[in-house]
Amino acid sequence: MKSPGAIGAIVADNLVKQFNKFTAVDKISFNVKKGELFGFLGPNGAGKSTTIYMLTTLIEPTSGTASVNGFDIRAHPDKVRESIGIVFQDPTVDTRLTAFDNLDIHGRLYGMNAQQRKERIKEVLELVELTEWKDKMVKTFSGGMRRRLEIARGLLHTPAILFLDEPTLGLDPQTRRHIWSYIEKLKSKGITIMLTTHYLEEADFLCDRVAIVDRGKIKVLDTPKNLKNKIGGHIILVQSREPEKLAAALKKEKCCQVYKIEHGVISFDVKDGSKLLPKIIGVAVKAHIDIENVEMRVPSLEDVFIHYTGTSIREEKGAGGEMMAMRRMHGH
Amino acid sequence: MGLELSKIYAVWLREVKRYTNSKSRMIGSLGQPLLFLVALGGGLSAIIPGFNYQAFILPGILGMTLLFTSIFAGVSIIWDREFGFLKEMLAAPASRETIVIGRTLGGATTAIIQGILILVVGILITGIPFPPLMNLLSLFAVMVIFSCFLVAVGIAFASLIQEVETFQLVMNLLIMPLFFLSNGLFPIDKMPVWLADISALNPISYAIDALRTLLIGQGQFSLLLDIGVCIGSLIVSLAVASYLFSKTSI
Repeated sequence: MKSPGAIGAIVADNLVKQFNKFTAVDKISFNVKKGELFGFLGPNGAGKSTTIYMLTTLIEPTSGTASVNGFDIRAHPDKVRESIGIVFQDPTVDTRLTAFDNLDIHGRLYGMNAQQRKERIKEVLELVELTEWKDKMVKTFSGGMRRRLEIARGLLHTPAILFLDEPTLGLDPQTRRHIWSYIEKLKSKGITIMLTTHYLEEADFLCDRVAIVDRGKIKVLDTPKNLKNKIGGHIILVQSREPEKLAAALKKEKCCQVYKIEHGVISFDVKDGSKLLPKIIGVAVKAHIDIENVEMRVPSLEDVFIHYTGTSIREEKGAGGEMMAMRRMHGH
Repeated sequence: MGLELSKIYAVWLREVKRYTNSKSRMIGSLGQPLLFLVALGGGLSAIIPGFNYQAFILPGILGMTLLFTSIFAGVSIIWDREFGFLKEMLAAPASRETIVIGRTLGGATTAIIQGILILVVGILITGIPFPPLMNLLSLFAVMVIFSCFLVAVGIAFASLIQEVETFQLVMNLLIMPLFFLSNGLFPIDKMPVWLADISALNPISYAIDALRTLLIGQGQFSLLLDIGVCIGSLIVSLAVASYLFSKTSI
């Protein structure tokens, strides 16, 4: 067995998961370095959670395999389980226990002795600022507090790798910022983190590298900065009453490549917008086409997403498809 | 091995903490069996002269309490699936057998606490003499075996049916028939033949018979047969529960 450092904290090798005829994860391969914060960005049903379930040994891949902390998920699931902490997308804390009992029982399940539990429970409660709530029943907690408790629990047994499946799903913006600051704190301590999200800002803000996933495939994988650079220097948006006419004029003048026209807005992906923008306006003036509004900006991760998948992540396509397929699988 | 034992303890602890955290449920679930004992037992005792029917059904009501509480405890895995905690258990570095054994012992513990409460109240209501220590110890052993058997049955069902909606089905198709097609409320030798035949095939009858022998000395089978059937049922149900639960996924 190779040492974990040499081969990466997580190495996925052609992972495939099919539910009946639906392929949730389609030949996914990637490599997460030790200490890296790696993100899976994609819409609901893209196969993010399914990938996490395979990596955390909760479901078996249809084909392919992966190693986590140097252990093969098929050959040594127990070793994998001991190496990882998981914060699931859906809440999994026991609301009829106190925060302390949730952590205490978790520690026992992970084979921690009394001394270790005592020390670590104190540490993780401090980290997520729940110390004064430790003896309160979890059912009295807000959504954000529950999520913080889940993060504390995932960290309790000092895992080498932490999986965060949509860690801020459904939380208000303020609580989301709060959770981000915990995640940044963890990162500074050198723990390897893999997170999934469908929030572009989250991936952009937190991740060292991001894989954009759609329909079970990785479309592109790089640092957020490189991803944005890859699709060009600027995005130009021109709003006009006659967008088709303007597009035709631009084409005739061989000015530039129109990326797409939507709701009367023409968008362009260009290397250097400051040179091109005057040209576009010049063509419009010459052709007597009124321009109502012009916007130029550097690409966001959202533009990257649209570029590689052809749709906006906010369009929630195929929402729940993954879950429905899993339900069908259980339905015997 | 020591480590697995402490993991079994963790699963047990969770069940027991959940139970002791809800005192209202603890008291509330005494209501139904007490109603049976007081209303049904008291009412029928008045109709049947010369037979203390209330004392006769006390072991049956004790069995019913254990039956309901144990199967509910086992089936509650369905709720853990629904509310997510099952993932926490399945993702932990603990074997499926460890989880099944921990839950079985945890569920049985809560059922036995309920049983003891009913037993004490029931002895006071019916006025039967307090059984000797030896009988109480045997009674406790039977309650342990019987409860573990039924929690395992609950776990097996919960592993098969995955939706909360199906829970009512378990109630109607499993718990009620198991109780009413047993000797819990009627002596087997006074039943119509068809019911007596079914009851004799129902393992619950043997457990209740053992409780009846030890409490009021009115059992109809030999105590050895009763306990044998209970132990056999426990072994089979634990094996089936472990097998089905190992097949379960998130």
